Amino acid sequence: MATSLNDMMQTVPQWSDYIRILPEIVLSLFGMAVMMLDAVMDESKSQKALGAVALIGAFGAIGATLYQAQYPFGYGFWEMVRVDAFSIFFHFIVAAVTAVVILASFEYMEVQRIRAGEYYGLILFGAVGMSLMSSAVELVLIFIALEISSIATYILAGFRRRSATSSESSLKYFLLGSFATAFFLYGVALMFGATGSTSIFAISRSLESGNISLLAYAGLAFMFVGLGFKVAAAPFHVWTPDVYEGAPSPVVAFMSTAPKAAVFAVLLRVIFEINSPVPTRMWLIWIVAALSMTIGNIAALVQNNVKRLLAYSSIAHAGYILVAFAALPSSGIPAAMFYTAAYAAMNVGAFAVISHFGGEGERYVTMEDYAGLGKRSPLLAVTLTIFLLSLIGIPATGGFFAKFYVFSAALQANLVGLVIIGVLNSAIGAYYYLRIIVAMYMHEPKQEAPVAPIPMGAGLALAISVVVTIYLGVIPGRVLNYAQQSVSELTPVGQVVSLQAPHAVEARMATNVKKALAH
Amino acid sequence: MVPLFYYLVLSGILFACGVTGFLIKRNIITIFMSIELMLNGVNLSFVAFAAQWHALSGQVFVFFVMVVAAAEAAVGLAIIIAVFRTRETLNVDKVDLLKL
Repeated sequence: MATSLNDMMQTVPQWSDYIRILPEIVLSLFGMAVMMLDAVMDESKSQKALGAVALIGAFGAIGATLYQAQYPFGYGFWEMVRVDAFSIFFHFIVAAVTAVVILASFEYMEVQRIRAGEYYGLILFGAVGMSLMSSAVELVLIFIALEISSIATYILAGFRRRSATSSESSLKYFLLGSFATAFFLYGVALMFGATGSTSIFAISRSLESGNISLLAYAGLAFMFVGLGFKVAAAPFHVWTPDVYEGAPSPVVAFMSTAPKAAVFAVLLRVIFEINSPVPTRMWLIWIVAALSMTIGNIAALVQNNVKRLLAYSSIAHAGYILVAFAALPSSGIPAAMFYTAAYAAMNVGAFAVISHFGGEGERYVTMEDYAGLGKRSPLLAVTLTIFLLSLIGIPATGGFFAKFYVFSAALQANLVGLVIIGVLNSAIGAYYYLRIIVAMYMHEPKQEAPVAPIPMGAGLALAISVVVTIYLGVIPGRVLNYAQQSVSELTPVGQVVSLQAPHAVEARMATNVKKALAH
Repeated sequence: MVPLFYYLVLSGILFACGVTGFLIKRNIITIFMSIELMLNGVNLSFVAFAAQWHALSGQVFVFFVMVVAAAEAAVGLAIIIAVFRTRETLNVDKVDLLKL
């Protein structure tokens, strides 16, 4: 009941509360600015300017995140959000992906003849939800953040409004996404019923005290189903290929990385906090991880559409990340975090190439179109090759260390069977990624028409993605260290956390009492 | 007083009706209504649990869920209109340009 007492004593947010959600504030303000400017500016000239405002907003969010990292970690808004190394890591991924996607969208919007300032606004609002998800420690706030990010991406998926495939993809994403959300919410309700709270730490403490009821198990299972849908893990993956094929490519770059990173952050918090007293989680995650890797990779073998192929590959990658979830927290959490970062870099890059190469109406997306790209546009072919090699997991790219850490974390937890399945799957995966590379360099081009030169925005986006992919593959130490640092804050069984939480409440109460006395 | 169990069973039935409707109905609007039914099943269990725990928070969550459902409805209906404009059908089986 300490929280409700605290509520009564302190009803006005403190300055520190606002700093705990600074990136979200910055993103929201810039999102609103984009919407306002869109209404007053001349439509024919406003596109680049609005994009620039959104870009400043994304970089502002990166800056705000860096500022948060300097500020003492802790809770904000009555233990609704928690800023720690863990949330800062994911904030950074979300903000960086947002910035790169906005850069990649500049010329895309022109080529597709889409005039809409709200596109950039929606990307920023989606990023608000994703950032909030990674710092929220309260299930209802997580639900709201999940919906902010999902609703924005539903609209973005249908942004090529006149194209039937795009609106179909938006519809499928919307229906299945809301379906999954309802499952997640039912899980939250059951968890609330089992423990009387929706705060992750309170739930964890209540479950630690023994007698875990059937309600709690059911709640966790429902939540896992809902979140599994959102990260496209098998058997909840059927929407992925359709949605990724129909949605605009820069939007796919966005929604295959940033929301996934945020949902994985939620899963990490939920699974390693709430679920830690429950050892049976292992086999459930084991099965989902093995299924995702196998289904994703095998279905990708027969795809001819490159966007669809990468959609199946993203299912497989969700499986690799889930392997880390089955491992021990001390090595599994940093491995999953590192994988998310590396995957974000390489996948955003790959989709940035696709969105540039696709041309008007995204005509060029099949394997035959990519034939001979090495001759037609060597630079584009080389960048795509780097991302594909990283997706395979070739050394000197981020993908290699990502897979390496995940599998070694699984080996430490003695999950030999899962590691064998994972490594076999990586070998299958190499085949279809190499198929694209072979098509680009070994096959004769179907048409000789030169590819449009890479424009500045897309060029910058590609450059950033390449640099990050190679950086993570050559010097992964710093990022991994930061990820490991966050483990101590997200400890299993809440050793540190549950000690800290009452302490924070006490400290705040003490200051409130002092203030009350001063009056 | 009606026992908690009854509320939970009713909310479970509502949720299950929603899931069934989602899976077997073919009209997009009906499917969408099924999702709303699922959310309302959840709302009922939130309120029932709030009464059981004497925690007001459970009832407040229902408002959040309603607001989110309203936002979802606004976006969802707009998407359905966009689909109808390009395909002139509300049957999900006919919205099949992207193979599953």
